Amino acid sequence: MIRDITLGQYYPGDSPVHRLDARTKIIGTLLYIIELFIVNNYWGFVIAAAALFAVIALSRVPVKFIFRGLSAVFIIIAFTFLLNLFMVDGRVLWHWKFLTITYEGLSRACFMAIRLVLLIIGSSMMTLTTKPIELTDGLEKLLKPFGLIGLPTHEIALMMTIALRFIPTLMEETDKIIKAQEARGADFESGNLLQRAKSLIPILIPLFISSFRIAQDLALAMEARCYHGGSGRTRMNEIHFGKGDVVAAILMVIFLAVIIASRFIPDLF
Amino acid sequence: MAFIEIRDLVVQFTRISEDGSETAGKKAIDGIDLDVEKGSFVAVIGMNGSGKSTLAKCLNGLIIPTSGKVLVDGMDTSDDSHIWDIRRRIGMVFQNPDNQIVSSIVEDDVAFGPENLGIPPEEIRERVDNALKEVGMYENRLKGAHMLSGGQKQRIAIAGAVAMKPQCIVFDEPTAMLDPKGRESVMRIIRQLNSEGITTILITHFMNEAAQADRIVVLGKGKVLADRTPDRLFSDMELIDRAGLELPPLIELREVLGLSDSIMTVEDMISELKKQCR
Repeated sequence: MIRDITLGQYYPGDSPVHRLDARTKIIGTLLYIIELFIVNNYWGFVIAAAALFAVIALSRVPVKFIFRGLSAVFIIIAFTFLLNLFMVDGRVLWHWKFLTITYEGLSRACFMAIRLVLLIIGSSMMTLTTKPIELTDGLEKLLKPFGLIGLPTHEIALMMTIALRFIPTLMEETDKIIKAQEARGADFESGNLLQRAKSLIPILIPLFISSFRIAQDLALAMEARCYHGGSGRTRMNEIHFGKGDVVAAILMVIFLAVIIASRFIPDLF
Repeated sequence: MAFIEIRDLVVQFTRISEDGSETAGKKAIDGIDLDVEKGSFVAVIGMNGSGKSTLAKCLNGLIIPTSGKVLVDGMDTSDDSHIWDIRRRIGMVFQNPDNQIVSSIVEDDVAFGPENLGIPPEEIRERVDNALKEVGMYENRLKGAHMLSGGQKQRIAIAGAVAMKPQCIVFDEPTAMLDPKGRESVMRIIRQLNSEGITTILITHFMNEAAQADRIVVLGKGKVLADRTPDRLFSDMELIDRAGLELPPLIELREVLGLSDSIMTVEDMISELKKQCR
Protein backbone atom coordinates (compact mmCIF):
# COMPACT_ATOMS: atom_id res chain seq x y z
CA MET A 1 0.00 0.00 0.00
CA ILE A 2 2.72 2.50 0.94
CA ARG A 3 4.15 2.26 -2.54
CA ASP A 4 0.95 3.59 -4.11
CA ILE A 5 1.32 7.05 -2.63
CA THR A 6 1.74 9.50 -5.50
CA LEU A 7 2.33 12.52 -3.31
CA GLY A 8 5.68 13.83 -4.44
CA GLN A 9 5.84 11.66 -7.53
CA TYR A 10 6.31 12.75 -11.07
CA TYR A 11 4.02 11.78 -13.93
CA PRO A 12 6.09 12.06 -17.15
CA GLY A 13 4.45 14.09 -19.89
CA ASP A 14 4.88 16.97 -22.29
CA SER A 15 1.83 19.15 -21.66
CA PRO A 16 1.75 22.96 -21.40
CA VAL A 17 1.70 22.50 -17.61
CA HIS A 18 4.75 20.23 -17.67
CA ARG A 19 6.60 22.77 -19.78
CA LEU A 20 6.08 25.66 -17.37
CA ASP A 21 9.08 26.90 -15.44
CA ALA A 22 9.28 25.20 -12.04
CA ARG A 23 9.40 28.62 -10.37
CA THR A 24 6.07 29.57 -11.95
CA LYS A 25 4.53 26.37 -10.64
CA ILE A 26 5.96 26.79 -7.13
CA ILE A 27 4.71 30.38 -6.86
CA GLY A 28 1.42 29.39 -8.48
CA THR A 29 0.89 26.59 -5.99
CA LEU A 30 1.75 28.78 -3.02
CA LEU A 31 -0.65 31.42 -4.33
CA TYR A 32 -3.36 28.79 -4.82
CA ILE A 33 -2.97 27.59 -1.23
CA ILE A 34 -3.21 31.15 0.08
CA GLU A 35 -6.25 31.76 -2.10
CA LEU A 36 -7.97 28.70 -0.66
CA PHE A 37 -7.75 30.43 2.70
CA ILE A 38 -9.01 33.75 1.31
CA VAL A 39 -12.16 31.99 0.11
CA ASN A 40 -15.05 32.47 2.55
CA ASN A 41 -18.01 30.98 0.68
CA TYR A 42 -18.88 28.11 -1.64
CA TRP A 43 -18.75 30.26 -4.76
CA GLY A 44 -15.05 30.65 -4.16
CA PHE A 45 -14.62 26.89 -3.97
CA VAL A 46 -16.60 26.36 -7.17
CA ILE A 47 -14.25 28.77 -8.95
CA ALA A 48 -11.14 27.26 -7.35
CA ALA A 49 -12.24 23.72 -8.25
CA ALA A 50 -13.01 24.75 -11.83
CA ALA A 51 -9.56 26.29 -12.13
CA LEU A 52 -7.96 23.16 -10.70
CA PHE A 53 -9.83 20.90 -13.12
CA ALA A 54 -8.78 23.14 -15.99
CA VAL A 55 -5.16 22.65 -14.92
CA ILE A 56 -5.63 18.87 -14.57
CA ALA A 57 -7.22 18.67 -18.03
CA LEU A 58 -4.41 20.76 -19.49
CA SER A 59 -1.72 18.61 -17.82
CA ARG A 60 -3.17 15.35 -19.21
CA VAL A 61 -2.41 13.55 -15.96
CA PRO A 62 -5.10 10.85 -15.62
CA VAL A 63 -7.55 11.76 -12.84
CA LYS A 64 -7.48 8.14 -11.67
CA PHE A 65 -3.72 8.41 -11.18
CA ILE A 66 -4.09 11.51 -9.00
CA PHE A 67 -6.80 10.04 -6.79
CA ARG A 68 -5.27 6.60 -6.41
CA GLY A 69 -2.26 8.14 -4.75
CA LEU A 70 -4.33 10.24 -2.42
CA SER A 71 -6.51 7.51 -0.94
CA ALA A 72 -4.39 7.41 2.22
CA VAL A 73 -4.70 11.18 2.64
CA PHE A 74 -8.47 11.04 2.24
CA ILE A 75 -8.69 8.97 5.40
CA ILE A 76 -7.18 11.89 7.30
CA ILE A 77 -9.63 14.27 5.63
CA ALA A 78 -12.55 12.02 6.57
CA PHE A 79 -11.29 12.08 10.15
CA THR A 80 -11.14 15.89 10.30
CA PHE A 81 -14.57 15.99 8.68
CA LEU A 82 -16.06 13.82 11.44
CA LEU A 83 -14.29 15.77 14.17
CA ASN A 84 -15.69 19.05 12.87
CA LEU A 85 -19.09 17.51 12.32
CA PHE A 86 -19.59 16.40 15.92
CA MET A 87 -17.56 18.91 17.89
CA VAL A 88 -19.04 22.27 16.92
CA ASP A 89 -21.84 23.79 18.99
CA GLY A 90 -24.80 25.57 17.45
CA ARG A 91 -28.30 24.96 16.08
CA VAL A 92 -29.07 21.24 16.47
CA LEU A 93 -29.92 19.40 13.25
CA TRP A 94 -29.83 15.82 14.44
CA HIS A 95 -29.37 14.22 17.82
CA TRP A 96 -28.79 10.61 18.93
CA LYS A 97 -27.50 9.65 22.39
CA PHE A 98 -24.23 11.54 22.82
CA LEU A 99 -23.87 12.38 19.11
CA THR A 100 -25.07 15.77 17.98
CA ILE A 101 -24.78 17.32 14.56
CA THR A 102 -25.29 21.05 14.38
CA TYR A 103 -25.90 23.25 11.37
CA GLU A 104 -22.66 25.12 12.06
CA GLY A 105 -20.77 21.86 12.49
CA LEU A 106 -21.98 20.47 9.17
CA SER A 107 -21.15 23.64 7.29
CA ARG A 108 -17.72 23.97 8.87
CA ALA A 109 -16.95 20.28 8.25
CA CYS A 110 -17.86 20.55 4.57
CA PHE A 111 -15.91 23.76 4.27
CA MET A 112 -12.76 22.29 5.79
CA ALA A 113 -13.01 19.07 3.80
CA ILE A 114 -13.39 20.86 0.48
CA ARG A 115 -10.53 23.19 1.35
CA LEU A 116 -8.24 20.29 2.28
CA VAL A 117 -9.12 18.25 -0.82
CA LEU A 118 -8.43 21.19 -3.11
CA LEU A 119 -5.24 22.01 -1.23
CA ILE A 120 -3.86 18.50 -1.51
CA ILE A 121 -4.83 17.95 -5.14
CA GLY A 122 -3.54 21.43 -5.98
CA SER A 123 -0.14 20.85 -4.44
CA SER A 124 0.18 17.33 -5.82
CA MET A 125 -0.45 18.77 -9.30
CA MET A 126 2.80 20.66 -8.87
CA THR A 127 4.82 17.55 -8.00
CA LEU A 128 3.04 15.44 -10.61
CA THR A 129 3.91 17.79 -13.45
CA THR A 130 7.37 18.90 -12.35
CA LYS A 131 10.44 16.70 -12.32
CA PRO A 132 11.86 16.56 -8.78
CA ILE A 133 15.13 17.97 -10.03
CA GLU A 134 13.38 20.92 -11.71
CA LEU A 135 11.46 21.48 -8.52
CA THR A 136 14.59 21.64 -6.42
CA ASP A 137 16.35 23.71 -9.09
CA GLY A 138 13.44 26.13 -9.07
CA LEU A 139 13.51 26.31 -5.31
CA GLU A 140 17.26 26.88 -5.36
CA LYS A 141 16.77 29.82 -7.72
CA LEU A 142 13.86 31.21 -5.71
CA LEU A 143 15.84 30.98 -2.49
CA LYS A 144 18.92 32.56 -4.02
CA PRO A 145 18.31 36.01 -2.52
CA PHE A 146 18.47 34.38 0.92
CA GLY A 147 21.93 33.05 0.02
CA LEU A 148 23.17 36.58 0.62
CA ILE A 149 22.29 36.26 4.29
CA GLY A 150 24.06 32.93 4.53
CA LEU A 151 21.33 30.43 3.67
CA PRO A 152 22.99 27.40 2.00
CA THR A 153 20.55 27.28 -0.94
CA HIS A 154 22.44 24.75 -3.07
CA GLU A 155 22.78 22.35 -0.16
CA ILE A 156 19.09 22.65 0.73
CA ALA A 157 18.11 21.92 -2.88
CA LEU A 158 20.45 18.92 -3.07
CA MET A 159 19.14 17.55 0.23
CA MET A 160 15.62 17.70 -1.16
CA THR A 161 16.65 15.99 -4.40
CA ILE A 162 18.23 13.16 -2.45
CA ALA A 163 15.32 12.90 -0.03
CA LEU A 164 12.87 12.57 -2.93
CA ARG A 165 15.12 10.08 -4.66
CA PHE A 166 15.36 7.84 -1.60
CA ILE A 167 11.69 7.79 -0.55
CA PRO A 168 10.97 4.71 -2.72
CA THR A 169 14.26 3.05 -1.72
CA LEU A 170 13.60 3.48 1.98
CA MET A 171 10.02 2.26 1.53
CA GLU A 172 11.30 -0.90 -0.10
CA GLU A 173 13.78 -1.24 2.74
CA THR A 174 10.96 -0.85 5.31
CA ASP A 175 8.92 -3.48 3.48
CA LYS A 176 11.87 -5.87 3.59
CA ILE A 177 12.50 -5.27 7.30
CA ILE A 178 8.83 -5.76 8.18
CA LYS A 179 8.76 -9.03 6.28
CA ALA A 180 12.00 -10.19 7.88
CA GLN A 181 10.69 -9.39 11.36
CA GLU A 182 7.33 -11.00 10.65
CA ALA A 183 9.08 -14.13 9.43
CA ARG A 184 10.65 -14.34 12.88
CA GLY A 185 7.29 -14.04 14.58
CA ALA A 186 7.12 -10.30 15.24
CA ASP A 187 3.55 -9.10 15.69
CA PHE A 188 2.66 -5.63 14.41
CA GLU A 189 -1.11 -6.02 14.30
CA SER A 190 -2.38 -6.77 17.79
CA GLY A 191 -2.27 -5.01 21.13
CA ASN A 192 -3.19 -1.51 22.14
CA LEU A 193 -1.78 1.67 20.68
CA LEU A 194 1.22 1.75 23.03
CA GLN A 195 2.13 -1.87 22.33
CA ARG A 196 1.86 -1.30 18.61
CA ALA A 197 4.04 1.79 18.80
CA LYS A 198 6.59 -0.23 20.74
CA SER A 199 6.54 -2.98 18.14
CA LEU A 200 7.70 -0.41 15.58
CA ILE A 201 11.08 -0.10 17.29
CA PRO A 202 12.47 -3.28 15.69
CA ILE A 203 11.57 -1.73 12.34
CA LEU A 204 12.92 1.74 12.97
CA ILE A 205 16.34 0.76 14.30
CA PRO A 206 17.36 -1.39 11.31
CA LEU A 207 15.90 1.28 9.03
CA PHE A 208 18.09 3.93 10.66
CA ILE A 209 21.17 1.77 10.38
CA SER A 210 20.55 1.00 6.74
CA SER A 211 19.93 4.64 5.93
CA PHE A 212 23.32 5.52 7.42
CA ARG A 213 24.89 2.84 5.25
CA ILE A 214 23.09 4.18 2.19
CA ALA A 215 24.27 7.69 3.05
CA GLN A 216 27.88 6.55 3.23
CA ASP A 217 27.67 4.67 -0.08
CA LEU A 218 26.00 7.62 -1.74
CA ALA A 219 28.56 10.10 -0.43
CA LEU A 220 31.38 7.97 -1.87
CA ALA A 221 29.58 7.63 -5.20
CA MET A 222 29.03 11.40 -5.34
CA GLU A 223 32.66 12.13 -4.56
CA ALA A 224 33.74 9.64 -7.21
CA ARG A 225 31.63 11.64 -9.65
CA CYS A 226 33.49 14.84 -8.80
CA TYR A 227 30.83 16.41 -6.58
CA HIS A 228 32.42 19.32 -4.75
CA GLY A 229 29.57 21.57 -3.73
CA GLY A 230 27.59 24.10 -5.70
CA SER A 231 30.40 26.30 -6.99
CA GLY A 232 31.39 25.85 -10.61
CA ARG A 233 28.48 23.55 -11.25
CA THR A 234 26.38 23.77 -14.44
CA ARG A 235 22.97 22.27 -15.17
CA MET A 236 21.86 20.17 -18.11
CA ASN A 237 18.43 21.80 -18.25
CA GLU A 238 18.83 25.46 -17.44
CA ILE A 239 15.39 26.65 -16.38
CA HIS A 240 14.11 29.82 -17.97
CA PHE A 241 10.82 31.70 -18.23
CA GLY A 242 9.01 31.27 -21.54
CA LYS A 243 5.84 32.55 -23.19
CA GLY A 244 3.78 29.97 -21.30
CA ASP A 245 5.00 31.39 -18.02
CA VAL A 246 3.84 34.89 -18.96
CA VAL A 247 0.40 33.52 -19.84
CA ALA A 248 0.34 31.54 -16.58
CA ALA A 249 1.30 34.61 -14.57
CA ILE A 250 -1.48 36.68 -16.16
CA LEU A 251 -4.01 33.90 -15.48
CA MET A 252 -2.81 33.70 -11.87
CA VAL A 253 -3.36 37.43 -11.33
CA ILE A 254 -6.84 37.23 -12.87
CA PHE A 255 -7.63 34.20 -10.72
CA LEU A 256 -6.50 36.02 -7.59
CA ALA A 257 -8.79 38.95 -8.45
CA VAL A 258 -11.74 36.61 -9.07
CA ILE A 259 -11.18 34.80 -5.77
CA ILE A 260 -11.05 38.06 -3.84
CA ALA A 261 -14.19 39.25 -5.65
CA SER A 262 -15.93 35.99 -4.75
CA ARG A 263 -15.81 37.02 -1.11
CA PHE A 264 -18.37 39.71 -1.83
CA ILE A 265 -20.99 37.71 -3.70
CA PRO A 266 -23.80 36.12 -1.65
CA ASP A 267 -23.17 32.52 -0.66
CA LEU A 268 -24.65 29.52 -2.49
CA PHE A 269 -26.43 28.19 0.57
CA MET B 1 54.96 5.34 -18.21
CA ALA B 2 51.86 3.30 -17.43
CA PHE B 3 48.47 5.00 -17.05
CA ILE B 4 48.16 3.89 -13.43
CA GLU B 5 51.26 3.22 -11.37
CA ILE B 6 51.02 1.82 -7.88
CA ARG B 7 54.25 1.80 -5.91
CA ASP B 8 54.64 0.01 -2.57
CA LEU B 9 51.08 0.86 -1.54
CA VAL B 10 50.10 0.37 2.10
CA VAL B 11 46.71 1.22 3.57
CA GLN B 12 46.41 0.79 7.30
CA PHE B 13 43.26 1.68 9.19
CA THR B 14 43.52 3.23 12.63
CA ARG B 15 41.43 1.86 15.40
CA ILE B 16 39.97 4.49 17.71
CA SER B 17 39.12 3.04 21.10
CA GLU B 18 36.43 4.37 23.40
CA ASP B 19 38.76 6.69 25.30
CA GLY B 20 39.77 8.28 22.00
CA SER B 21 43.28 6.88 21.76
CA GLU B 22 44.36 5.67 18.34
CA THR B 23 46.11 2.41 17.71
CA ALA B 24 47.26 0.94 14.42
CA GLY B 25 44.60 -1.39 13.03
CA LYS B 26 44.56 -3.94 10.26
CA LYS B 27 46.61 -3.44 7.12
CA ALA B 28 44.00 -3.66 4.36
CA ILE B 29 46.72 -3.33 1.75
CA ASP B 30 50.23 -4.42 2.56
CA GLY B 31 52.73 -3.41 -0.07
CA ILE B 32 51.27 -3.58 -3.57
CA ASP B 33 53.11 -2.72 -6.79
CA LEU B 34 51.03 -2.64 -9.93
CA ASP B 35 51.04 -1.00 -13.35
CA VAL B 36 47.94 -0.67 -15.50
CA GLU B 37 48.49 0.18 -19.17
CA LYS B 38 46.14 2.41 -21.13
CA GLY B 39 43.30 0.47 -22.78
CA SER B 40 43.92 -2.77 -20.93
CA PHE B 41 41.31 -4.89 -19.15
CA VAL B 42 42.46 -5.98 -15.70
CA ALA B 43 40.42 -8.14 -13.34
CA VAL B 44 41.14 -8.12 -9.62
CA ILE B 45 40.03 -11.16 -7.64
CA GLY B 46 40.50 -12.44 -4.13
CA MET B 47 38.59 -13.63 -1.10
CA ASN B 48 36.54 -11.35 1.15
CA GLY B 49 38.89 -9.11 3.10
CA SER B 50 41.71 -9.47 0.60
CA GLY B 51 41.77 -5.70 -0.02
CA LYS B 52 40.06 -5.60 -3.42
CA SER B 53 37.65 -2.75 -2.68
CA THR B 54 40.24 -0.79 -0.72
CA LEU B 55 42.55 -0.99 -3.71
CA ALA B 56 39.74 0.25 -5.97
CA LYS B 57 39.10 3.24 -3.73
CA CYS B 58 42.81 4.11 -3.74
CA LEU B 59 42.77 4.48 -7.51
CA ASN B 60 40.70 7.68 -7.53
CA GLY B 61 41.74 9.10 -4.19
CA LEU B 62 38.68 8.05 -2.17
CA ILE B 63 41.24 6.47 0.14
CA ILE B 64 44.63 8.12 0.55
CA PRO B 65 47.55 5.68 0.99
CA THR B 66 49.13 5.36 4.44
CA SER B 67 52.44 5.00 2.64
CA GLY B 68 53.50 4.42 -0.94
CA LYS B 69 52.13 6.14 -4.01
CA VAL B 70 49.32 5.86 -6.54
CA LEU B 71 50.02 7.78 -9.74
CA VAL B 72 47.26 8.31 -12.29
CA ASP B 73 48.49 9.72 -15.58
CA GLY B 74 51.49 10.94 -13.60
CA MET B 75 49.41 12.67 -10.90
CA ASP B 76 49.65 11.63 -7.26
CA THR B 77 46.28 10.81 -5.62
CA SER B 78 47.46 12.21 -2.29
CA ASP B 79 47.99 15.62 -3.89
CA ASP B 80 44.79 17.59 -3.21
CA SER B 81 45.28 19.96 -6.12
CA HIS B 82 44.95 17.10 -8.64
CA ILE B 83 42.13 15.15 -7.03
CA TRP B 84 39.38 16.36 -9.40
CA ASP B 85 41.62 15.81 -12.45
CA ILE B 86 42.14 12.25 -11.28
CA ARG B 87 38.48 11.61 -10.61
CA ARG B 88 37.43 12.87 -14.02
CA ARG B 89 39.90 10.46 -15.59
CA ILE B 90 38.82 7.48 -13.50
CA GLY B 91 35.11 6.76 -13.29
CA MET B 92 33.80 4.35 -10.73
CA VAL B 93 30.83 2.00 -10.54
CA PHE B 94 29.97 0.49 -7.17
CA GLN B 95 28.35 -2.70 -6.03
CA ASN B 96 24.93 -1.56 -4.84
CA PRO B 97 22.92 -0.17 -7.77
CA ASP B 98 20.48 1.65 -5.45
CA ASN B 99 22.97 3.55 -3.37
CA GLN B 100 24.84 5.33 -6.17
CA ILE B 101 21.99 6.94 -8.06
CA VAL B 102 21.58 10.56 -6.94
CA SER B 103 18.59 11.76 -8.90
CA SER B 104 15.09 10.33 -9.26
CA ILE B 105 14.99 10.64 -13.03
CA VAL B 106 17.38 8.55 -15.15
CA GLU B 107 18.76 11.28 -17.41
CA ASP B 108 19.21 13.73 -14.54
CA ASP B 109 21.27 11.18 -12.70
CA VAL B 110 23.50 10.57 -15.72
CA ALA B 111 23.96 14.34 -15.97
CA PHE B 112 25.14 14.63 -12.36
CA GLY B 113 28.83 13.97 -13.13
CA PRO B 114 29.14 16.31 -16.14
CA GLU B 115 27.26 19.00 -14.18
CA ASN B 116 29.85 18.75 -11.43
CA LEU B 117 32.57 19.24 -14.03
CA GLY B 118 30.99 22.54 -15.07
CA ILE B 119 30.39 21.57 -18.70
CA PRO B 120 28.06 23.80 -20.79
CA PRO B 121 24.39 22.59 -20.91
CA GLU B 122 24.30 21.70 -24.63
CA GLU B 123 27.34 19.48 -24.29
CA ILE B 124 25.95 17.80 -21.18
CA ARG B 125 22.78 16.97 -23.15
CA GLU B 126 24.87 15.39 -25.90
CA ARG B 127 27.04 13.42 -23.49
CA VAL B 128 24.03 12.15 -21.53
CA ASP B 129 22.26 11.00 -24.70
CA ASN B 130 25.37 9.26 -25.99
CA ALA B 131 26.09 7.59 -22.65
CA LEU B 132 22.49 6.33 -22.39
CA LYS B 133 22.64 4.96 -25.94
CA GLU B 134 25.93 3.27 -25.13
CA VAL B 135 24.33 1.26 -22.30
CA GLY B 136 21.06 0.73 -24.19
CA MET B 137 18.92 2.75 -21.80
CA TYR B 138 18.05 5.73 -24.03
CA GLU B 139 14.37 4.73 -24.24
CA ASN B 140 14.16 4.81 -20.44
CA ARG B 141 15.76 8.23 -20.03
CA LEU B 142 12.66 9.87 -18.55
CA LYS B 143 11.72 7.02 -16.24
CA GLY B 144 12.01 7.09 -12.47
CA ALA B 145 15.12 5.29 -11.26
CA HIS B 146 13.11 3.28 -8.72
CA MET B 147 11.02 1.70 -11.50
CA LEU B 148 14.05 -0.04 -13.03
CA SER B 149 15.46 -3.49 -12.35
CA GLY B 150 18.81 -3.95 -10.61
CA GLY B 151 20.61 -4.61 -13.89
CA GLN B 152 19.08 -1.52 -15.47
CA LYS B 153 20.05 0.62 -12.48
CA GLN B 154 23.60 -0.61 -12.77
CA ARG B 155 23.61 0.32 -16.46
CA ILE B 156 22.47 3.82 -15.45
CA ALA B 157 25.37 3.99 -13.00
CA ILE B 158 27.72 2.98 -15.81
CA ALA B 159 26.20 5.64 -18.07
CA GLY B 160 26.80 8.15 -15.28
CA ALA B 161 30.49 7.27 -15.33
CA VAL B 162 30.68 7.18 -19.16
CA ALA B 163 29.12 10.66 -19.44
CA MET B 164 32.18 12.09 -17.68
CA LYS B 165 34.31 10.74 -20.56
CA PRO B 166 36.81 8.99 -18.30
CA GLN B 167 39.90 7.26 -19.63
CA CYS B 168 39.43 4.46 -17.16
CA ILE B 169 36.46 2.95 -15.30
CA VAL B 170 36.86 0.97 -12.09
CA PHE B 171 34.04 -1.51 -11.52
CA ASP B 172 33.81 -2.57 -7.87
CA GLU B 173 31.85 -5.85 -7.95
CA PRO B 174 29.23 -4.37 -10.27
CA THR B 175 27.34 -7.65 -10.74
CA ALA B 176 27.35 -8.95 -7.16
CA MET B 177 23.75 -7.90 -6.48
CA LEU B 178 22.27 -8.71 -9.89
CA ASP B 179 20.38 -11.65 -11.34
CA PRO B 180 22.06 -13.69 -14.11
CA LYS B 181 20.38 -11.68 -16.86
CA GLY B 182 21.44 -8.34 -15.40
CA ARG B 183 24.94 -9.72 -14.83
CA GLU B 184 25.26 -10.72 -18.47
CA SER B 185 24.07 -7.34 -19.75
CA VAL B 186 26.49 -5.46 -17.47
CA MET B 187 29.41 -7.66 -18.53
CA ARG B 188 28.56 -7.12 -22.20
CA ILE B 189 28.69 -3.36 -21.66
CA ILE B 190 31.99 -3.60 -19.79
CA ARG B 191 33.58 -5.53 -22.66
CA GLN B 192 32.13 -3.08 -25.18
CA LEU B 193 33.51 -0.05 -23.29
CA ASN B 194 36.92 -1.71 -23.07
CA SER B 195 36.90 -2.41 -26.82
CA GLU B 196 36.27 1.32 -27.33
CA GLY B 197 39.55 2.06 -25.60
CA ILE B 198 38.49 2.70 -22.00
CA THR B 199 40.92 1.19 -19.53
CA THR B 200 38.89 -1.25 -17.46
CA ILE B 201 39.55 -2.49 -13.96
CA LEU B 202 37.02 -5.08 -12.84
CA ILE B 203 36.86 -6.21 -9.26
CA THR B 204 34.83 -9.35 -9.00
CA HIS B 205 34.46 -12.67 -7.31
CA PHE B 206 32.92 -14.39 -10.31
CA MET B 207 35.69 -16.32 -11.98
CA ASN B 208 33.96 -16.51 -15.35
CA GLU B 209 33.87 -12.69 -15.38
CA ALA B 210 37.55 -12.44 -14.46
CA ALA B 211 38.35 -14.92 -17.24
CA GLN B 212 37.22 -12.32 -19.80
CA ALA B 213 40.01 -9.90 -18.83
CA ASP B 214 43.44 -9.63 -20.47
CA ARG B 215 45.08 -10.02 -17.13
CA ILE B 216 44.07 -11.16 -13.64
CA VAL B 217 45.52 -9.84 -10.40
CA VAL B 218 44.94 -12.15 -7.44
CA LEU B 219 44.94 -10.48 -4.03
CA GLY B 220 45.24 -12.20 -0.68
CA LYS B 221 45.60 -10.50 2.71
CA GLY B 222 46.50 -7.20 1.09
CA LYS B 223 49.27 -8.62 -1.10
CA VAL B 224 49.46 -9.53 -4.76
CA LEU B 225 49.53 -13.34 -4.96
CA ALA B 226 49.62 -13.52 -8.72
CA ASP B 227 49.43 -11.25 -11.75
CA ARG B 228 49.08 -13.07 -15.05
CA THR B 229 46.87 -13.89 -18.02
CA PRO B 230 43.69 -15.94 -17.38
CA ASP B 231 44.93 -19.08 -19.14
CA ARG B 232 48.16 -19.12 -17.14
CA LEU B 233 46.31 -18.45 -13.88
CA PHE B 234 43.69 -21.14 -14.31
CA SER B 235 46.25 -23.82 -15.13
CA ASP B 236 48.01 -23.28 -11.78
CA MET B 237 45.85 -25.41 -9.48
CA GLU B 238 48.16 -25.00 -6.54
CA LEU B 239 47.82 -21.21 -6.61
CA ILE B 240 44.03 -21.37 -7.09
CA ASP B 241 43.78 -23.48 -3.94
CA ARG B 242 46.09 -21.26 -1.94
CA ALA B 243 44.19 -18.10 -2.82
CA GLY B 244 40.90 -19.77 -1.88
CA LEU B 245 39.46 -19.30 -5.37
CA GLU B 246 37.13 -21.39 -7.45
CA LEU B 247 37.67 -22.21 -11.08
CA PRO B 248 35.22 -20.92 -13.66
CA PRO B 249 32.80 -23.74 -14.61
CA LEU B 250 34.32 -24.12 -18.06
CA ILE B 251 37.87 -24.48 -16.74
CA GLU B 252 36.69 -26.89 -14.09
CA LEU B 253 35.09 -29.05 -16.77
CA ARG B 254 38.34 -28.88 -18.73
CA GLU B 255 40.34 -30.01 -15.70
CA VAL B 256 37.93 -32.86 -14.90
CA LEU B 257 38.02 -34.09 -18.51
CA GLY B 258 41.78 -33.72 -18.57
CA LEU B 259 41.77 -31.61 -21.74
CA SER B 260 44.51 -29.22 -22.86
CA ASP B 261 45.19 -25.96 -20.99
CA SER B 262 44.67 -23.91 -24.12
CA ILE B 263 40.86 -24.16 -23.89
CA MET B 264 39.59 -20.82 -22.57
CA THR B 265 36.22 -20.19 -24.25
CA VAL B 266 33.02 -22.11 -24.91
CA GLU B 267 33.94 -22.20 -28.61
CA ASP B 268 37.35 -23.77 -27.84
CA MET B 269 35.60 -26.36 -25.74
CA ILE B 270 33.07 -27.22 -28.43
CA SER B 271 35.68 -27.67 -31.14
CA GLU B 272 37.93 -29.68 -28.82
CA LEU B 273 35.04 -31.98 -27.81
CA LYS B 274 34.02 -32.44 -31.46
CA LYS B 275 37.60 -33.39 -32.30
CA GLN B 276 37.73 -35.86 -29.40
CA CYS B 277 34.43 -37.48 -30.37
CA ARG B 278 35.62 -38.19 -33.87
